[in-house]
Amino acid sequence: MELKTKIHAEAGKHDLTITREFELPVELLFRAHVEADIFEQWMSHEYGTTKVSKLQAERHGGWEFQTSDAKGVAVIRASGTFHEFIPNSKITRTFEIEDSPFGVQLEFLEFQKLSEETSNLRLHVVYRSAALRDQMLKLPFAKGLDMAHNRLQEIVGKFDGKR
Amino acid sequence: MNLRRDVFQAIADPTRRGILVLVASQSMTAGAIAANFDTARPTVSKHLQILSECELIEPEQRGREIYYHLNADRMKEIAEFIDPFRKIWDDRFNKLETVMKKYKTK
Repeated sequence: MELKTKIHAEAGKHDLTITREFELPVELLFRAHVEADIFEQWMSHEYGTTKVSKLQAERHGGWEFQTSDAKGVAVIRASGTFHEFIPNSKITRTFEIEDSPFGVQLEFLEFQKLSEETSNLRLHVVYRSAALRDQMLKLPFAKGLDMAHNRLQEIVGKFDGKR
Repeated sequence: MNLRRDVFQAIADPTRRGILVLVASQSMTAGAIAANFDTARPTVSKHLQILSECELIEPEQRGREIYYHLNADRMKEIAEFIDPFRKIWDDRFNKLETVMKKYKTK
């Protein structure tokens, strides 16, 4: 099946762009990113449950969530700050997975109305270095390649529930 | 995994990316490749060696000359490596869409 999500990542660059069209009005697409109970619904999956502990939906507001595995053990804690917050249009925020080697990343989210019932999301992610970006990109790939490697699997497991 | 890591290091270098672009359209000798860069010839040789070791380019003996050409299969593999990352985001966004459709009538 054709994936609706597009990823643009040039070799040697320290950023990437994720774009996706939704069969949703732009208002609903935006709400999905800023309302805790909704965010928890689409971020949770069969391997983990996401709980939002803080979501101050405003400029200079902070956010924090954690994803726990089936046994209730927290596997990922992520947090950041909103730097720009323009309803139905734009969010600029920082994102960091706690206790991970990846550091802080900067994310620019642009919400665009295409029609009354469709919208587009452009997520531009900037990493501190090209090497860090490639490491992030490669994690899910490595997971498929080398499931037997325990240490690797541990790291990938942590990454899997990211967002 | 080590070999793969090398491949990504190989394409992270601007000169090596330039070499890949050059040999993508036609096979070229080391001399012809070096003529396109300001860098010293031994430096270009080193880049060619790294690219060959990662199997991104393949040397081919023609008479007394060695021509290098792009290994298209290897390049395709690199393009495909981000597919699992893309799949994760696609699954995530599919779920977002499904969840939000419930809010449409509210």
